[in-house]
Order: sequence, then structure tokens, then C-alpha cells
Amino acid sequence: MSRLIPFFGFLLLVALFGFGIWWNTQHDQREVPSPLINKPAPAYALPKLDDPAQTVSRASMLGKPYLINVFASWCIACGEEHPILMSEAQRIGVPLIGYNYKDEPDDAKAWLARHGNPYSLIIADREGRTAIDFGVYGAPESFLVDAKGVIRYKRIGPLTPEVIEKELKPAIAVLAKEAP
Amino acid sequence: MTPELGQLALILALLLALAQGVLPLIGAWRGNRALMAVARPAAAGQAVFVALAFGVLSWAFLHFDFSVRYVADNSNLALPWYYRLAAVWGAHEGSLLLWIFILNVWTVALAALSRNLPEVFISRVLGVLGLVAVGFLAFILFTSNPFERLLPMPPDGGDLNPVLQDPGMTFHPPVLYMGYVGFSVAFAFSIAALLGGELEQAWVRWARPWTNVAWGFLSAGIVAGSWWAYAELGWGGWWFWDPVENASFMPWLVGAALIHAQAVTEKRGSLRAWTILLSIFAFSLSLLGTFLVRSGVLTSVHAFASDPRRGLFILCFLAVVVGGSLLLYALRAPKVAGGKPFRVISRETAILIGNLMLTVAAAMVLLGTLFPLIGDALNLGKISVGPPYFGFLFTLLMMPVVLLLPFGPYLRWGSKGETTLLKQVLWRAGLAAVACAIAAAFVTGWQMKAIAGTAAAVWCGVGTLLYVIKRWREMPAGRRYPAEMAGMLLAHFGVGVFLAGVLLTEALSVERDVRMAPGQSQSIGGYDFRFDGVHVTEGPNWHGDQGVVTVSRNGREIAVMHPQKRTYTRGQVQTESAIDPGVTRDLYVALGEPMDRKDPEGAWALRLYHKPFVRWIWAGGLLMMLGGFFSAADRRFRTQRVAATEPVAAAVTQESRA
Repeated sequence: MSRLIPFFGFLLLVALFGFGIWWNTQHDQREVPSPLINKPAPAYALPKLDDPAQTVSRASMLGKPYLINVFASWCIACGEEHPILMSEAQRIGVPLIGYNYKDEPDDAKAWLARHGNPYSLIIADREGRTAIDFGVYGAPESFLVDAKGVIRYKRIGPLTPEVIEKELKPAIAVLAKEAP
Repeated sequence: MTPELGQLALILALLLALAQGVLPLIGAWRGNRALMAVARPAAAGQAVFVALAFGVLSWAFLHFDFSVRYVADNSNLALPWYYRLAAVWGAHEGSLLLWIFILNVWTVALAALSRNLPEVFISRVLGVLGLVAVGFLAFILFTSNPFERLLPMPPDGGDLNPVLQDPGMTFHPPVLYMGYVGFSVAFAFSIAALLGGELEQAWVRWARPWTNVAWGFLSAGIVAGSWWAYAELGWGGWWFWDPVENASFMPWLVGAALIHAQAVTEKRGSLRAWTILLSIFAFSLSLLGTFLVRSGVLTSVHAFASDPRRGLFILCFLAVVVGGSLLLYALRAPKVAGGKPFRVISRETAILIGNLMLTVAAAMVLLGTLFPLIGDALNLGKISVGPPYFGFLFTLLMMPVVLLLPFGPYLRWGSKGETTLLKQVLWRAGLAAVACAIAAAFVTGWQMKAIAGTAAAVWCGVGTLLYVIKRWREMPAGRRYPAEMAGMLLAHFGVGVFLAGVLLTEALSVERDVRMAPGQSQSIGGYDFRFDGVHVTEGPNWHGDQGVVTVSRNGREIAVMHPQKRTYTRGQVQTESAIDPGVTRDLYVALGEPMDRKDPEGAWALRLYHKPFVRWIWAGGLLMMLGGFFSAADRRFRTQRVAATEPVAAAVTQESRA
């Protein structure tokens, strides 16, 4: 009987691992609840990509909701996300703001010229400093900011048609109801 | 077209693995020689096709075939050819391919060199290895195909994980895998013995060098990983009890126990069931390591892509292989158990205590590693245990091992041997340890860890040297140190060196985070570090900032160090610490961030370390590795039969070169 102890010990381990896998499917590891959700967006002020003399800031964007999409020409996953943004940008109902992250302006412009520009406005964070305030830890990432400048939704990783349908659009619908 | 060739090769390899795994086992069961004879050719054929697949993937990397998704994700046009080659095993899919490739290398070596083992037995051994290969090949083909296409083909690819872009790190995975997979031999031997219901001492003798070599490789792999963490992560730490580190450490601990248990079983016939159980544990923990790293069940600094489908597959595989083996053990172990009785004080008892401590330590590490998962399961919230848990319990468990270690060679099999000799060792090594500990106390200002480290190191080192001297005096030249004994002495001495390194570094290291403007100096550990500014530098696929730090002692300049902060083409940032190595101390400088980004000419944050004896940690590990290789080379393992001499000799040299 005592020779069965290792076997039963191992069964416990298997049960634990099975639980672990199930747990991971229920709890997306990347879904660390962002401390920024329902908090005011950081007070950024960044130059426009195509006209660095003009600055866009949190204050200047107040008044209507918008979606910030962090991208870069060096980012492979952004290339995968891009066609989806091209087709969905007009349909999501809020302006799509491009956030060019740690990129050379010329690279970014060439990249947009080749793949198309879905953004209604692009701001550039060449050094990636403001991105730290946003808690960006890789491109692509997206932030939904409401009319009061509060972050309401955050997506780490590419926006897929599924994510847009199931997460982003409902979040935007909530904003639309709040609007007077 | 070529990538599809690799795919096809993998499918053929899977079919051959099925043949190798099923037919010889049936043959051994029914006594059918024709079916048993399938084992060797099937193993060879499988190896050829896996090598072909491996070659195809390497070719795709060398020729920038970005239409293969794995190649596009892990390399780019700017990556030098040697890192493109290392990228073959730089991520999940390819590293599994490397795993199975190494399993094939071991299997083919085993098939080629086992002519003197009974046909029935070796058929079972090769059959078990074939079944393991089936699991891995199916895993690769169904969940992690390295040859998946990416169409349309991108003009350029991503990048190899920059942490792997380091000469030392390129060899870390293959060496580690040689160790992990090497335990499959002892495992297959044990399962074959359980299936057949008998375990001959001669077979254990034959299996021993394989275990020693595997353990040697595992030691080398862990040392390489630890050295890399020290040099690259920029924190100056050498071990973090990170889940992935633990995954390699658990099989190492059990492997160390297994080496000793095998010696007992081979020489005395005792502890047979225990040896079999340890073989199963060692390989199971290797598989478990793969599971922990690849399934994403635990997250760690080695965060690799996780995919629940993969996790589920490995879990089922693990359940079948390990669960099946343990069930088999429970049913059949009584048949193979047995051995000679031994006294309370004897070499067997000492080894058994050591074995117990090492196994409990491995269980303790496993528990600590799984703690966050247990916390989730019992709904206790996010809990985890850190270095204090591991450090405290590990020290506690290893104390008896360290205390017993010098006595090992003096104790006799079955009985205690000459009591006077044991007392001599106790007195001489004990006195040396106490004397050095007192000296250390005064030199270091009563630092507990330094005192304990010195005492333990001297105890092990002097205890081992005493035996070296005894052999030198008493034995005629040429017969003083057979390779097996030399290996044991080297490894035991390595333990002493390692202990000195760990505890002295822990006790005496000075680390300081400082803000330095060009021209400013900081003094730590008697060394003056002068910061001479930062300039821009560039590599093939990265650009970065390089600091210049001039170190002097008593006004005499001894080193100019160049810590770097690199930004790779794809945006990943990597620190390259500058290290001035020395036997008694390392100087270590890591470059932080500029205090003001607009002014890189100005002040920077720097991290300065003075780390005494840190190199002894890895020196100790390497001595243990050498011990493993040395003892495997013993002629005794080869002269069992005349016919066996040459092939096994060839095996040993091949393995140590591989």
C-alpha cells in the first residue's frame, strides 16, 4: 500500500495543474486590472506626428470620448492589427487617435503611407516618457477615454474583431448612454 | 517548399516513434524476436528524420525564410548568422524540436552501445524511450508546429529575444536539455526493469555513467543560467528561486540523490526500489519543468507565450507518463526490491540520509514553486513565497548533507569501517573549520553568514583533501584515484567551493545605487569608481549608450569598465553590465538611466557592486559538473565484458563532447 503513496501524491499534483490550466482560461493573465481604469487619463501633452509644432493635450481633447491606439512601425503585432483598424475605425463611433510610440517620425510616416492611415489624429511620443504614465508596456495597446478625460477601458495587445464586438463596442455604448 | 519537407520529416519521425514505442514492447512481452528487432532501426530512422527537420528549420533561419512564422517571429535581416542559428531553439516551438532532437541523440547512442545487454531488456528500454518521443512529437505537430507558414510573407521579421543574444546564453538551452533529457535513460531502464520484473546489478552499472553525464550537463546548464542572470539582468544576483530556475533545480537535486543511490544498488544490490523510484522522479521532474515553463500555469520572469491547449496536452502527457510509471512502480516494485542488510553506521546509511535530504529539498522547492497555484486553488488569494522561505529551509535541509559529506569515503559498505579513521577526520577537518571560522569572524567583523560559510567550506574542502592525502600515501602510483573516485572527490570539493562562494558573497557584498555626474567618484569596498561619462555606441542590430567607469585602488588604476544600455532594433531594452572579474572579488557596474533625458552628457544613475568570492559559486558548480563527467569515464563501467569495452568508451567521449 505504501508503494502507492507516490502515485496518489502525483494525482494531487495533476489535479492542481488541471485546476491551474482551468484558472488561467478564466483569468486572463494579461488582464491585470489596470489601476488607471476609471481614473483620469494622465495629463499628457504631445506633438502631432505630421506637424510637431502643434501639441495635443488631455485638456484640449476634453468634451467627447475618443480611443487612443498605441502603435509603432517596428511593432509586428501592430501590423496584424492594422487592417482591422482600417476597416473598423469608421464604425466604432468615436475618433481613433494614433499614439506613435518610441518611433522615428519618418519610419512611422512611411509605414502609414504603405498600410493606410485609419487615425483621425496622430500624436508622437518618441522617447516613450508619457507612455510610462499611461502604463504602456508594449504596443499595441488601446485606451478608451471619455468626455471627462477618464480612462474607461483598456486593451493590452491587438484589437481583434471579436474584442471590438464583445468589449470595445459595449464600453462605447455605455459612454453613449451617459452623454446628455 | 522546404519547410513542408521539415513538416513531412516530423510526421515520418512520429510514425517511426510509434513503431519504436509499441512493437518492441509487444515483442518483449510475447517473446517475439522479430518485433524486438524493430527497436534499433526505428530509433535510428526517427533520429534521421528529426535531424532533417532540425536542419530544415536551421536552413530557414540562415536564409531568412520569413514565410515560416516561427522564423519571422524570431529573427530579422540584421541578426548575425550565429544568433539566427541560436534562434532555432530561441522560442517555444524550436526549443521543443531541440528537446526531441537531443532525446534522439541519447536514444541512438544507447541503441548503438548496448549490444551486451539482453535483447529483451534493451527492447523495453528503447520502447519506453520511443513512447516518450511519441508524446513530444505529437505535441510539436499538433500544438506547436515550427513550420507553420506566414502568408503573405513579411519583408522583415521580428527579433530573437534579446536576452538570448549573448554568447553564453546560446548554449544554455542545449546544455540544460542534455541534462533534462539524459535522465530519460535512467528512467527507461527503471521502467524496463519494472516491466520485466527483475533488476540486475550489472544493468545498473551500465546505466550509471549515463546518469552521471546527464547530471553533469544539468549542472553546467544551471551554472550557465545563473552566470547569465548575474551578467545580464543588471541586478548582480545569481539565483532568484524563480519558478523556471526551480524547474531545473528540482531534477538536479533528485539527480544528485539518484547518482548516489545507483552506486549503492550497483555495488551492494540494496535500495533497488528506491533507485527505481528516484529515476522516475528525476525524469518526471524534468518533464514537469517543461510543463511549468511551457504551459503558462505559473508566470515568472521567463514569461513565455502561454496557450491553454498546450498546457492541457502536456498535462495529459505528464499524467500518462508519470502516473503510469508510478502505478507500475506500486504494482511491480516488490518483485525487484531486495539487497544486502547494512549496519546503522555504514556508507549506505550516510547515502540514504543524504538522499532523503536531497529529495525532501526537491519536494520543498516544488511546494514553494506551486504555492501561488495552491493559493488560487484553496481560494486564499494571491500568495507566494520568496527567497526567505527557500533560503531558510534549503539551508536547514542541506546541513546534515554538508556534515556527512567528508565521512562518505571513509565509511565502508555495510559497516562503519575503522572508527579511528572517522574520529581522525572529525578532529582534523573540525579543527580546521573552527580555526578558519574564528579567523573569518575577526576579518569580517562577526558576520554570521561569513563565519558559517567559511566553516562549512573548510569542513567539506579539508575533509575531502584529507582523503586525497590518505590515498596518495597508501596506494601505489597509478591506482590512487580511479576515475570514479576522482569524480566523487572533485564534486565533493566543489560543494565546499560553492558553499564558500555563496555565503561569503551573501555576507560581504556591497551594492550601491548612486547618481554620478562625469568626473565624480564613489568608493566602495576599498575601490574608487570614477564615472567618465557616456557615449553612443552601436552593434549589428542595436544601438545604445556606453558608460565609462575607471576603477582604481590606492590611487593605482586597475580597470576601465564599459557598462551598456542597449536598445534593440525592435525596441527591447537590455542592460549589459560591465564586470571586472577576479578570484577573490568581482567589480560590477550596471548603467541605469540618465537623470535628465534631455542631457545625456550629465549625471546618470549607476549601480556599483563589490562582490567578494562570487566566482566561487560557479567554480563550485563546474567542479560538480566535472565530477559527474569524470566518474562516468571510469574503466570499471566499461570492462564488464570484453566486447563492451570499446563502444562504451566511445559513448563516454561522445557524450562529453556533445
